Amino acid sequence: MELFEYKAYELSNMLKEKKISSVELTESVFNRIDSVEDKIEAYVTLDRENALKTAAEVDRKIATGDTLSLIAGIPTAVKDNISTKGLRTTCSSKMLENYVPPFDAKAAEMLQASDAVLIGKTNMDEFAMGSSTETSYFKKTKNPFDTSRVPGGSSGGSAAAVSSGEAVLALGSDTGGSIRQPAALCGVVGLKPTYGRVSRYGLIAYASSLDQIGSFGRCVKDIAMLTDVISGHDSMDATSVNTEHPSLYENLTDNIKGLRIGVPDEYFGKGVDDDVKESVMKAVKELEKNGAVIKEISLPSTDYALSAYYIIASAEASSNLARFDGVKYGYRTESYGSLTEMYEKTRSEGFGDEVKRRIMLGTFVLSSGFYDAYYKKAKLLQQRIQNEFSNAYKDVDIIATPTSPFAAFKIGENIGDPLKMYSADICTVTVNIAGLPAVSVPCGYNAQGLPFGLQLIGDKFCEQKVLNTAYAYENAVGGFRSPSL
Amino acid sequence: MVDNYEVVVGLEVHAELNTESKIYCSCKNAFGLEVNTQVCPICMGMPGTLPTLNEKVVDYAIKMGHALNCKINRICKQDRKNYFYPDLPKAYQISQADVPLCENGYVNIYVNGKEKKIGVTRIHIEEDAGKLLHSDKFDGSLVDFNRCGVPLIEIVSEPDMRSSEEAKAYLETIKSILLYIGISDCKMQEGSIRCDVNVSVHKPGEPFGTRCEMKNINSFSGAVRGIEYETKRQIEILENGGKVTQETRRWDDANGVSISMRTKEDAQDYRYFPEPDLLTIVVDEERVKALKESLPELPNVKTMRYVNDFGLNYNDAAMIVDVPEKARLFDETIAAGCKAPKLLSNWILGDISKYMNETGKSIYSSLLTPQKLSTLLTYINDGKISTAAGKTVFDIIVSEDRGIDEIIAEKSLAQVSDTAALEKIADEVLALNEKSVADYKNGKTNALGYLVGQCMKASKGKANPSLMKEIVLKKL
Repeated sequence: MELFEYKAYELSNMLKEKKISSVELTESVFNRIDSVEDKIEAYVTLDRENALKTAAEVDRKIATGDTLSLIAGIPTAVKDNISTKGLRTTCSSKMLENYVPPFDAKAAEMLQASDAVLIGKTNMDEFAMGSSTETSYFKKTKNPFDTSRVPGGSSGGSAAAVSSGEAVLALGSDTGGSIRQPAALCGVVGLKPTYGRVSRYGLIAYASSLDQIGSFGRCVKDIAMLTDVISGHDSMDATSVNTEHPSLYENLTDNIKGLRIGVPDEYFGKGVDDDVKESVMKAVKELEKNGAVIKEISLPSTDYALSAYYIIASAEASSNLARFDGVKYGYRTESYGSLTEMYEKTRSEGFGDEVKRRIMLGTFVLSSGFYDAYYKKAKLLQQRIQNEFSNAYKDVDIIATPTSPFAAFKIGENIGDPLKMYSADICTVTVNIAGLPAVSVPCGYNAQGLPFGLQLIGDKFCEQKVLNTAYAYENAVGGFRSPSL
Repeated sequence: MVDNYEVVVGLEVHAELNTESKIYCSCKNAFGLEVNTQVCPICMGMPGTLPTLNEKVVDYAIKMGHALNCKINRICKQDRKNYFYPDLPKAYQISQADVPLCENGYVNIYVNGKEKKIGVTRIHIEEDAGKLLHSDKFDGSLVDFNRCGVPLIEIVSEPDMRSSEEAKAYLETIKSILLYIGISDCKMQEGSIRCDVNVSVHKPGEPFGTRCEMKNINSFSGAVRGIEYETKRQIEILENGGKVTQETRRWDDANGVSISMRTKEDAQDYRYFPEPDLLTIVVDEERVKALKESLPELPNVKTMRYVNDFGLNYNDAAMIVDVPEKARLFDETIAAGCKAPKLLSNWILGDISKYMNETGKSIYSSLLTPQKLSTLLTYINDGKISTAAGKTVFDIIVSEDRGIDEIIAEKSLAQVSDTAALEKIADEVLALNEKSVADYKNGKTNALGYLVGQCMKASKGKANPSLMKEIVLKKL
């Protein structure tokens, strides 16, 4: 077994016991990248030189007996919308093709403070808008289980990198399912934490009230380890919640006896493939066998969630992305006769179709005369969805649903049909709207060997329960299965 | 024809607050430093940066809210105002839309001998934008981001003013309040206070006319000129049978004209929505109360107190109040026992102002104390020393720590009020000026002044002038 194939927690022990060095491990990952990246195209930017430097530094620290964090020396990929000082951060957009941030995102800073080895920046849907990573300006990332298929999105690069062994861990961001859905489609574990758990400072915003940075790994333990590192209050982010976060890793247990799991009927309806429903129900049964109590519940506003999501997210995006105007950094059109023309040409040329679609949608819903009918209504719906979840958590601890309504689809299959593409988020957007934590864990494969994801949703700041449930399931059925590449 | 119309004016005043740091980042809030040195990724609007609210800004705005008798919205939010311009790096300004921090207030102004109440619709907090720089030395424009994120309050009045004079009085009152509560430097030349003017005209008894807004007026006199020009322009349109178009106009102060910028039809849609990066502002009741209690006596209130309690005329009172240090000296000297407020007012506006202007120093950095000033003025008022002698004493006590009585004695400055002594002088002077005495008796009353003057001269200026005059009159 090659080093890149191990789980992070295993590697962490091997490093501590000096059985391996971080340089060896990092080289193993880069060798893997050399052999499969042409097929997968998970990265926008690789940083081999600095990665090896960091690895050597970690090895030196281990040799001198320093006590290091659990993720010290572990090769970790970072989604390309998380600012990294001195390292190009593009959001997979022509607009930021040559943008090098002058500061680190808080999460990237915490990662580096924990001595993780940052190996590169992963491909994504442009400005995190998409569910297939096909809207990237640079490349189309492939699903490691079938390279003719999408890895999901928008954090498709991070999911594919972890799945294919091109990274051991990865950070992503999740606005409507952008961590969980690609995790499901690539057969890995992905956690979207509670809104406010991880600082958004330096995360290039798509929809500020919904965005949250989270973790990818090949097992629940790895996710717990990485999430511990990036959690915490940040005075630079007003929406960051100031509360204690006991270690998820230290407190991880697969004992779920008596845990009440709610299964909402609304997440198993029209648009969700039958084989997805079957695999998820099978997983629920497995949890029941392990001591959980299963309850049928109802979240009646779910049907409206997708509309509310696309209104709120697009509205915020239309404002967040207005700063890309060609004045200070990023792309600027070559020739223009006036300021207005400079703006128009820069933004027309610098943004891709999906981004422009959402900016126009968002601009429309905020326009005077339409605000009340769209944005205001969507915010009311958000309140209703939040209330429904709050009520549900009076009776259950965890809510179990599919992550994605279907397994990985073919590249190009949905790109011409935005509504079909948007429907990929049908099971995940409610979680962002309600600001809740949720994990996706692999739960079986379809006839073509494509992975399915089980989504486990917890109440605010109940990441521990979420991960314990996922851990119990993982231990019961066996964990990550490598794609054959 | 102008007399047939009434003008209606409403004002929006933007005042930069003088907090240490900017509103959403820790950059220094300072004017006049080298371009693009007081900046950071946050106020430059770099991707991924987030604002965090400087709570001092909330405190300052609440103080102004109290000063203008507003209701304080203890729970309010911040909103994004979206528009593109190179000096606005995020392409939105964080401001407050439907729920401002303060609303429904008023302020009393004083015009033509009368007090008038002007309604204050709202006060909200927002961030300033940067500045475009143009020069012959380079093509295009450059941007200075130093001013980005400087905290502002916008004070919106009701359309309660009926003349440019009232508008001017309102602006001056707002400015003096800002200075008094210490939340803004109000330096017009640095643009730290600016205003937008709304003007309409109508015939009394008829509904308000269509209004025009003039933007970016950076002096009070400019506002007055703008209002007068706009009033005339609108009346002319109406008199010629036309209709005033609702529009935004730019006031060109150099040429004394307003120029149309955009009509209502092409008004920008700012697409306000709640700022998702910031939490709801929640201010507890104790904080609101403490801020109210921290306010000093407001200048408009103080001015009226000087008029009503001490009989000063409005202009003198306003001039004293205009300079907080002078008002402090006035109040402290009265408190020290001075019973001659009008004399005090004259001295503050006369010799004391002169001293301050000539030395460029604060009167409080001199050795004059309110106690000494009170004593000095009491002596003058009681006729113990003359005004001229008072000035001699004043010149000494501002720079030397000496007692007034000691100086009077040393320089023999005390006035002679001893009747016998004064009668003796009068007898001598009248005897030497028989012609003038005769003139006076023949009806040339101005001979009296000459005779009293001669008596004063004979006393070497020490005679109590009113007593001297009385005695001369008696003897004639």
